[in-house]
Amino acid sequence: MSASCPACVSAPAAMETAQAVVPNVFLSVPSIHCAVCIGKVERALNSMSGVSAARVNLSLHRVSAVSNRPMEDLVQVLGGLGYPAFPFDAGSLENSTDKTGKDLLLRLGVAGFAMMNVMLLSVAVWSGAEGATRDLFHLISAAIALPVVTYSGQPFFRKAWSALRFGQLNMDVPISLAILLAAGMSLYETLNSGHHAYFDAALSLTFFLLIGRYLEHQTRAKARSAAKDLTALEDHSAKRVRGTKVETVPVSQLRVGDQLLIPTGARVPVDGRLKDADAITNRSLLTGESDPISHDRNAFLSAGEVNLGHPIKIEAQAVGCDTSLRQMASMVETAENAKNTYTSLADKASAAYAPLVHILSGFAFLGWYITTGDLRQAINVAIAVLIITCPCALGLAVPAVSTAAIGRLFKMGFLIKSGTALERLAAVDTVIFDKTGTLSVPGRLEGLDGLTQENQCIVKALADASDHPLSLAISSALPVEGVTLTDLNETPGQGISAKYKGQNVGLGRADWLGGNSRDLTVKIGQALYPLSPTEIIRDGAASCVTEMANAGLRTEILSGDRKTKASAFADQIGVDAYAAELNPSEKFDVVHKRSVDGEAICMVGDGLNDTAALTAAHASIAPGTALEAARSAADVILIRDSFEDIPKLFQIACKSVQLSRQNFTIATIYNLIAIPIALAGFATPLIAALAMSTSSITVLLNAMRVWRTA
Amino acid sequence: MNVLVILIPVSLILGTAGLLGFLWTLRSQQYEDPHGNAARILLEED
Repeated sequence: MSASCPACVSAPAAMETAQAVVPNVFLSVPSIHCAVCIGKVERALNSMSGVSAARVNLSLHRVSAVSNRPMEDLVQVLGGLGYPAFPFDAGSLENSTDKTGKDLLLRLGVAGFAMMNVMLLSVAVWSGAEGATRDLFHLISAAIALPVVTYSGQPFFRKAWSALRFGQLNMDVPISLAILLAAGMSLYETLNSGHHAYFDAALSLTFFLLIGRYLEHQTRAKARSAAKDLTALEDHSAKRVRGTKVETVPVSQLRVGDQLLIPTGARVPVDGRLKDADAITNRSLLTGESDPISHDRNAFLSAGEVNLGHPIKIEAQAVGCDTSLRQMASMVETAENAKNTYTSLADKASAAYAPLVHILSGFAFLGWYITTGDLRQAINVAIAVLIITCPCALGLAVPAVSTAAIGRLFKMGFLIKSGTALERLAAVDTVIFDKTGTLSVPGRLEGLDGLTQENQCIVKALADASDHPLSLAISSALPVEGVTLTDLNETPGQGISAKYKGQNVGLGRADWLGGNSRDLTVKIGQALYPLSPTEIIRDGAASCVTEMANAGLRTEILSGDRKTKASAFADQIGVDAYAAELNPSEKFDVVHKRSVDGEAICMVGDGLNDTAALTAAHASIAPGTALEAARSAADVILIRDSFEDIPKLFQIACKSVQLSRQNFTIATIYNLIAIPIALAGFATPLIAALAMSTSSITVLLNAMRVWRTA
Repeated sequence: MNVLVILIPVSLILGTAGLLGFLWTLRSQQYEDPHGNAARILLEED
């Protein structure tokens, strides 16, 4: 009988609402870019059984959903639609709401509303309200301003206190003093029927400075979020073999002794011993050596090597912190501790500004007290000097410029992760590149071009018939038609053999084909033709090096590869100097020693062997294809493949330092005009409000000029 | 000046209403995805 009682009808709907709607699956989907994409993705995911509440975040290029299906199913569905999706490691993605940003925005909003309301009342007073009316308006302003200052000013008070506790001064100390004293003095004046109350000045200060803080925070959060997307592109799972079953588990759950399956093209997740007869891996991310390395049974494979050959099995020997990968990461930590702390422009400015302002204010107080004997007037003038020295222009000077610059660089494909990166990039005089994977990328297989036309066709046919991962590269490198072969016979891991016009032909390991080495070889009849992988210059790298030389920057290469290869490459690309066969700690030593000698070095690298050097350099850049450790260590990540825009990065960095200095000059000029006015006792709240607003707006507008460079 | 007795409370109430409206936008997470919210108006509802 169909449900007809009201409870039975409403129960399912009630249960649905009661069920958790907190998303538990997050995917990064970089190719979503418009409304149609949103519609397609959400419809496709929501129509899957077990998946609900799928929602796209277009600003962050992410999808979240409530799902009880494994993540692979969702990835598959989206991949089928044409949107490659990459799961976020549950640990790496913090709660998707950005707490600090929201907190700042809330305080900013409250300060803004309060400022506007108090300004309403202040204008009434400035227009000539007298006596009891003026006192009433002041009282209402006090009632609004005091709680708001206590709430919205906390970011500054906290930072100021944390500096004062150690006897230091930072920019937040004069700001906090100005806000608190303005509020306090105004309260005193209000209660004593004074003429001037500076509540709107205190709130305007808070508001403008919070804008600066919020801008700083947002640009940094955006870069961090984008950096997380890059991390999501990597696979944090491993395939563990238990008996006959292969299960996919997160890398963090692996234990010593686990049998792991490494598919072709995948990275070895933990140190292990090779269980198969042989393997070919690429170690360039660990050592910089560009040639593939062959291994025998029981050979030791490090975490981070890429499997180039057929799928292999390893037995885990060291997991987690014990892997050689992690040990190199700890070398990075040591490098970080050895690094000198960098004083940013903003810190330098506040170091000059803070004591000066307090001294001036003190003199104002003493001067007025001595000449007039009026304590109240003396205090008023001293506080007016504090307020009018416009800490908001100084507080906005650097964040405004760096927000504009970082936004522009983001559009060009640069992720700036560090707040002081721009200043440090502007100071660089030498750029040091890693070779393998940074300036050079894998190219064609050498030896193919030397073959005759007929032989090339034979190789093409062999490659097309083979399942070996390199065979695809071989096949696509040969623009010829394959011939018909007979007696095709493939031995996995060794090669493929066939007959052509009665001759034996083969493609595979040389020793399997009758030769001596393990290199990839082609056999036609009795002749053996070795094929060796080559490197080519990355797109845009050559023009990058030339433009840097024109700009007066010195360029060098530090490589872990063999001398012959490094030397040839250095000549080809045109750098000023090179060094080869360096291990990771030697790279670090070179950069560190020269930095101590006074050079400002920018390191560009992608592998694990570069991470310590990246940390030791004055500034550092990593391409998007770099290892995660290198990307975390670098100040700037280049998302695009081409290096062509890197000189522009330096140009914009120099321009933003220039604009920051201009902003400081603007702020100083305002102060030079305003301080005499304040000292003379003419700094009414109206003048203070005007000075603050105009200086802040001028500084913000000047910062926008970074969009007009080059 | 009697009009102030009306006007001041009115302006305060309006100001508070504005602030509450802002708090509501924060709470309903309207700042999470500005591009997405703009794009969604172009979606065709089934």
